[in-house]
Amino acid sequence: MAEHYKPVKYKAWEMSLEERFQEVYPPLSERDATVEANRCLFCYDAPCMDACPTHIDIPTFIKKIATGNVKGSARTILESNLLGATCARVCPVQELCEGACVLEHDHKPIAIGRLQRYATDYAIEKNIKFFEKGKPNGKKVAIVGAGPAGLSCAGELAKLGFDVTIYERQKLAGGLDTYGIVVFREPIEVSLREVKMIEELGVTVKTGITVGRDVPFEDLIEKNDAVFVAIGLGDVPNMEIPGENLPGVHDGLEFIAETKTQPLNTIKFGKRVAIIGAGNTAIDAATIARRLGAERVNMIYRRSEAEMTAYHFEYEFALGEGVSFMFLTQPIEVVGNGRVEGLKCIRMDLGAPDQSGRRAPVPVANSEFIVECDMVIKAIGQKKHTDVMQKLATFGVQETKGYIAVDTTTNRTANPKIFAGGDCVRSIGEASTVMAVQDGKIAARAIHEQLVGKGELAASIS
Amino acid sequence: MANLEINFAGIKSPNPFWLASAPPTNSGYQIQKAFEAGWGGAVWKTIGAPVLNVCNRYGTMDYKGSKIIGLNNVELISDRPIEINLKEIAETKRNFPNNAVIVSVMVESKKEAWQEIIKRVEQTGADGFELNFGCPHGMSERGMGSAMGQVPEYTCMVTEWVMDVATKPVIVKLTPNVTDIVQPARAAVKGRASAISLINTINSIIGVDTDTFEIKPNVGGKGGHGGYAGPAVKPIALHLLSAVASDLEVQKARLPISGMGGIETWKDALEFILLGSTSVQVCTSVMHYGFRVVEDLIDGLSNWMDDKGFKTMDEIIGKSVHRISNFGDFDLGFQTVARINHDKCIQCNLCYIACEDAAHQCIDLKELKIDSRVNERLWPVVREDDCVGCDLCSRVCPIDDCITMVEHETGRPHITWNELSKAKPAVVQEWGKMEEYRKTANIDIH
Ligand SMILES: Cc1cc2nc3c(=O)[nH]c(=O)nc-3n(C[C@H](O)[C@H](O)[C@H](O)COP(=O)(O)OP(=O)(O)OC[C@H]3O[C@@H](n4cnc5c(N)ncnc54)[C@H](O)[C@@H]3O)c2cc1C
Ligand SMILES: Cc1cc2nc3c(=O)[nH]c(=O)nc-3n(C[C@H](O)[C@H](O)[C@H](O)COP(=O)(O)O)c2cc1C
Ligand code: SF4
Ligand code: SF4
Ligand code: SF4
Repeated sequence: MAEHYKPVKYKAWEMSLEERFQEVYPPLSERDATVEANRCLFCYDAPCMDACPTHIDIPTFIKKIATGNVKGSARTILESNLLGATCARVCPVQELCEGACVLEHDHKPIAIGRLQRYATDYAIEKNIKFFEKGKPNGKKVAIVGAGPAGLSCAGELAKLGFDVTIYERQKLAGGLDTYGIVVFREPIEVSLREVKMIEELGVTVKTGITVGRDVPFEDLIEKNDAVFVAIGLGDVPNMEIPGENLPGVHDGLEFIAETKTQPLNTIKFGKRVAIIGAGNTAIDAATIARRLGAERVNMIYRRSEAEMTAYHFEYEFALGEGVSFMFLTQPIEVVGNGRVEGLKCIRMDLGAPDQSGRRAPVPVANSEFIVECDMVIKAIGQKKHTDVMQKLATFGVQETKGYIAVDTTTNRTANPKIFAGGDCVRSIGEASTVMAVQDGKIAARAIHEQLVGKGELAASIS
Repeated sequence: MANLEINFAGIKSPNPFWLASAPPTNSGYQIQKAFEAGWGGAVWKTIGAPVLNVCNRYGTMDYKGSKIIGLNNVELISDRPIEINLKEIAETKRNFPNNAVIVSVMVESKKEAWQEIIKRVEQTGADGFELNFGCPHGMSERGMGSAMGQVPEYTCMVTEWVMDVATKPVIVKLTPNVTDIVQPARAAVKGRASAISLINTINSIIGVDTDTFEIKPNVGGKGGHGGYAGPAVKPIALHLLSAVASDLEVQKARLPISGMGGIETWKDALEFILLGSTSVQVCTSVMHYGFRVVEDLIDGLSNWMDDKGFKTMDEIIGKSVHRISNFGDFDLGFQTVARINHDKCIQCNLCYIACEDAAHQCIDLKELKIDSRVNERLWPVVREDDCVGCDLCSRVCPIDDCITMVEHETGRPHITWNELSKAKPAVVQEWGKMEEYRKTANIDIH
């Protein structure tokens, strides 16, 4: 972790619950932002820009902060990425722009994420509206899912004059930005403001509607000129071990969503919490549990540190939060009398590589033991929407490993009217918000080209 | 969106941002690329007499980790054959009819030579001329450049020669290497120039290599004075601009001014505009970062205009000129004192030592008991009664808005030095009378 990225020092017992759920990184002051912006070399053909999946013109937006043109800076960001305020907070910048910064090797990379937040926050604070909806072109597009992929596609299409409706099954739009990103990374208001901005571009967002149940896919496909499917992934799957239905066993995503939408002091948490999994969701659930006040949080993962899917900075963050890790440990049963009292585990060893190329964990005979706990949080990934996949298959849409198969240059499926993007197509590589945003942009461009023709598109989407 | 178009002595430009005559305007390729990037106009690298350049032409002033806050050069005018320059000027103007193409010229001090080059350039279709009376090195030794600009009579004479044949607007570019810039400016007016531009580069030696004892930049073991430009010269340029812009003779002649010298950001440019520049020129910043800097110049200026509700350039050009005044007309009764905001203070004590060693010893370090630390350090506290309001402490304080100079009305008479000398001549001549006056005026210097 770059040094300037150190989270604020905190001792849980010295801070109130509300304080513990403030954004971990405080906003940059004007002076700090200016000093940091002036450190940027304003590289030509800058690698940071290449490393951003949405290709934000990073040197330009940073230069504008340096010159005091913060409004222009925010515009530069949002021109490439309508969800720039969210991305500024949630992007794994060490892996993307900051990791590519030319100052990364010898010195400290520029704090691109925090500067981006500085500029986008300024625009929000001043309530600046940068974009107008385009001149109506008479074409209608339906979008399924109001996560970052759906919102980005909707916004870009609206700028181009499309009549866009998003259907979202949850009460609030925003997808995982609203329900899944821990509050101390991104407060829910940031995501909801982005939703509002998209709505102000003329997009209709219909929440509380599950496509496939409340509205048939047939209808959407028939009544629109194109459909963009951006349904993300589903709930956390079952672990398929005895005792998993005992009270005290929670779904990691639901646990996170509670902290986003409910008063913090009403959220139930255990004293000793066992988290199963070692990906982003697991880390987030673990750190939340600590900040809520859990005394002991154990992350239980059947492989070793080297195989965990969470980013290194997340791992470090969790360690700093006092989370313990039990690697090479496989849960085999939730034990308890009427409610969770412990998690029975078995120790593992690493054997030969499996299909994923990672060394497969193999149980060590007679090594069972019990981790005492009063809450178990399962965070072992997300289910795929198999029902939707089956439905879409009837329209000729194909799949790869349970994900929707698309052409990556257009995000078009095998059915030319149906496009898809975001987590539901991410069959390889890390899924992230910024990639979902880029998928939405790519699909919007392709839909425009397909329905309206090329033309002056380049100016608004690059 | 604000309209940034300008009309500069009849030369139209889509925005006020022009490239200054210098390396970035050396060729048609460069200028056309710059126009594509958004520059409104360009002053072609000076063409004229034949020259040869040397290697290691640049020296830079790097300051505390920042590169090129100042740039010194011993470069001459264009070293490309004049025919090639003329051909490219014509082509550039043809390809970019809406951008301002101005050609900088400099030849030996002969009427025929000046008139001939003007006529040749006119055939290219360029929009106007800039007479380079400013180059402070190489050319001046040959009786050109600043050698012309430093003698008002020569400036006037050459300008007249040019005006006799030119059909396009003529800008006279002034050198800063004079004691009073107003004299050559008036000479340009007298010579019937259409406009004035300033500043050219300032005489300088950028430094000495303390290991090799060579002068920087080192040209084969020797070095000498060169022209200084870049952010470091901005305050000097602003002063010279304001002197010209507020001169009544120049004002009466209504000559537009093209300002330059240290412009890097849109705010720098805006300051030049507020002090009377209709167009602004940029060289060093482009040499540092490339033509792309124009995007923020335009975006920043137009956002600022939108925020302030200005719609056209005419509303802001020269808006601060009427505030340029002289010491003799400043209000002696205007009084401020320093006030420290202890919520912001980080106790570096730079204000204390600055006031103690270099001002009027009116900041004390005191125990204040304002935080919960056991060993609370002493805090700087201003004795406002003794503070002369010099403003040094607030200049050295590293924290924004921590020390503010607050206005303080103590009943001092609001009178200027000029008024005082007129009303009470003795006060400004004898210390005894001055002391008496101070007592009555409630001015206490301890
Ligand atoms: C806990 C967690 C933490 C994460 N942290 C980060 C992070 O820090 N940084 C980062 O870059 N990425 C992070 N990610 C990944 C990131 O959130 C996703 O990659 C991103 O949200 C994908 O966007 P999307 O639009 O494809 O899907 P989602 O954000 O999942 O949105 C899909 C939307 O579709 C809706 N939907 C689904 N089915 C239907 C239907 N049938 N009808 C109507 N609506 C439907 C859903 O309700 C949802 O709102 C995290 C993910 C998780 C789970
Ligand atoms: C390397 C260099 C070469 C220059 N050559 C010329 C020239 O040929 N003619 C001229 O009128 N001014 C010339 N200038 C002066 C610039 O046009 C300009 O007046 C000066 O650099 C101040 O602007 P700046 O601070 O933006 O650089 C030159 C400046 C530099 C740095
Ligand atoms: S690579 Fe780093 S220094 Fe270069 S432009 Fe990008 S952020 Fe600035
Ligand atoms: S800047 Fe270019 S021309 Fe000048 S010395 Fe360097 S390489 Fe040579
Ligand atoms: S200079 Fe500023 S920060 Fe430093 S002690 Fe003085 S008031 Fe405080």
